[in-house]
Amino acid sequence: MPALAIRLRSVVKHYGDIKAVDGLDLDVPEGTCVGLLGPNGAGKSTTMKMLTAQAIADSGELEVLGYTLPGQSKQSRAEMGVTPQLDNLDTTLTVEQNLLVFTYLYRLPRSERRPAIERALDIANLADRRHTKVDKLSGGMRRRLLIARALVHRPRLLLLDEPTVGLDPQVRQELWALIDALRNEGTSILMSTHYIEEAERLADTVTIMSKGCAVATGLPRDLVIEHAGREVLEVYGPPARLAEVEASAAGCMLRTRRTGTSVALLGVEGRNGDLPHGERRATTLEDVFVLLTGEEVR
Amino acid sequence: MSDVARSSELARTAGPGQAVRRQRVGRLDIAALKGVLIREAVNFASYWRGTTFSSTMEPTVYLIAFGFGFGSLVSQVAGYDYVDFVGTGTVATAVLFSAAFPAMFGTFVKATFQHTYDAILAAPVDTEELVTAEAVWMATRAGTYGCIPLLVAMAFGLDPRLSMLAVPPIAFIAGFGWACFGIMISGLMKSFENFNYVVSGVLTPMMLTAGTFFPLSGLPQWAQVLGNVNPLHHCVELVRHASFGWQPGADVLHLGALLLFGLITWRLAVFAMTRKLIT
Repeated sequence: MPALAIRLRSVVKHYGDIKAVDGLDLDVPEGTCVGLLGPNGAGKSTTMKMLTAQAIADSGELEVLGYTLPGQSKQSRAEMGVTPQLDNLDTTLTVEQNLLVFTYLYRLPRSERRPAIERALDIANLADRRHTKVDKLSGGMRRRLLIARALVHRPRLLLLDEPTVGLDPQVRQELWALIDALRNEGTSILMSTHYIEEAERLADTVTIMSKGCAVATGLPRDLVIEHAGREVLEVYGPPARLAEVEASAAGCMLRTRRTGTSVALLGVEGRNGDLPHGERRATTLEDVFVLLTGEEVR
Repeated sequence: MSDVARSSELARTAGPGQAVRRQRVGRLDIAALKGVLIREAVNFASYWRGTTFSSTMEPTVYLIAFGFGFGSLVSQVAGYDYVDFVGTGTVATAVLFSAAFPAMFGTFVKATFQHTYDAILAAPVDTEELVTAEAVWMATRAGTYGCIPLLVAMAFGLDPRLSMLAVPPIAFIAGFGWACFGIMISGLMKSFENFNYVVSGVLTPMMLTAGTFFPLSGLPQWAQVLGNVNPLHHCVELVRHASFGWQPGADVLHLGALLLFGLITWRLAVFAMTRKLIT
């Protein structure tokens, strides 16, 4: 059993009457990237905030890098980096000044500050923009800086909260390459996202959250086969036809999911004759996601 | 500070291939305070001109308006030249402007709109350290800009004295209290509009009943009693005494009042901001 960078057990967090997190179990083995996948409001951001003790759990066990939270949170924060969902760079400062401030906040000794800034500039690929003020950077550059800022002290663990939300596909791919490189260097990563493709590409294991708890955990491919089988039959038609297909699929003990324009019959591998006409395709994590969370995704 | 004793040794690998580094993490860490102060100092470099301009202009305008406007009607107040009286009194006004206002508005913006504090609290910095460092920073600014009215007054004829060197520390202590007061307010308030109640209901009355522009001795008894709970009044008195001659017995009490004000508002500011930032 490998050591765990993050270990959560039965974590509960209320905001008033709202149960944001409701009995969450979550493991991030050291050196792996875990994708925390879930629709908006599933409790991903609350979970992220609890990991830095910016939200305090009502009950449950939280351990980060071997430290017990919230009591030893400061020690764990010294050894981890956080890239928030909301850009909180100092916009009137230059790229380099933003990094400099964080070498102090992360307590780097004087001799290590300069090399740390250079390394972070390399990671963000912003060495030639070092003297540019942040409000002059593009959205993608800002996000790269936000990630690099969390890495100035070479953390053992990186929390990425929706790292590519709102970015162009091309910029998103640049960031994926960056995150993949970090993982290959052995940094443990917990990444929350609601982009299925992001989780599929980057995460070693995926935890799907719905309504505050983990509804499935495993390797992306295993989750797909376990919950949705290998093949999907996508049947298109007017709403009445789709309802009919759903009803007959239920009769055949097949699981279905609705997309906007079709019904997908899951786990149809090895079945032919009794099925309506449609298009066959391989199952994806998205099928599992929709099946388990009951929500449509992009 | 029992937590300091509880602070634990922390073995810290700095990443693949790096040596293990040991680091102490405790309560009110110097390293954490320094990190927050450095952030403010680096930011200050990008906006100091505007701040310095307004901090110089305001006391100058007050001095010219009151000093010469009223000064043409009254040449002497409480035994001092009126220009000297106002010049020393507006130190407290400058402290209020350079501490309480940025503490209220700036802190609210950083907490609510810029999410700056989320970034800082994700690093090894606690809310108590964040609040303390922010207050120390604003107190330092107050200690510096608080001297400007005195310098302006000197240009208009106030005689320099060695004991005036006590003015920056006095302004720092008063500024710390006002900064904490402002941080506390920004921690308690849900929206910007609510600041109006504080400015109109608390700060403006206090500014005008601090003995800055006229001595409190001319006010009714009840107002004089109220003046003693006005921290600005204690600041005004200390600055006047530093400028014209100490009154040891009274000054110890004035200083004690400012320290008490700072201590109480500091703890309230930490409490209010913890409630706001840690959910």
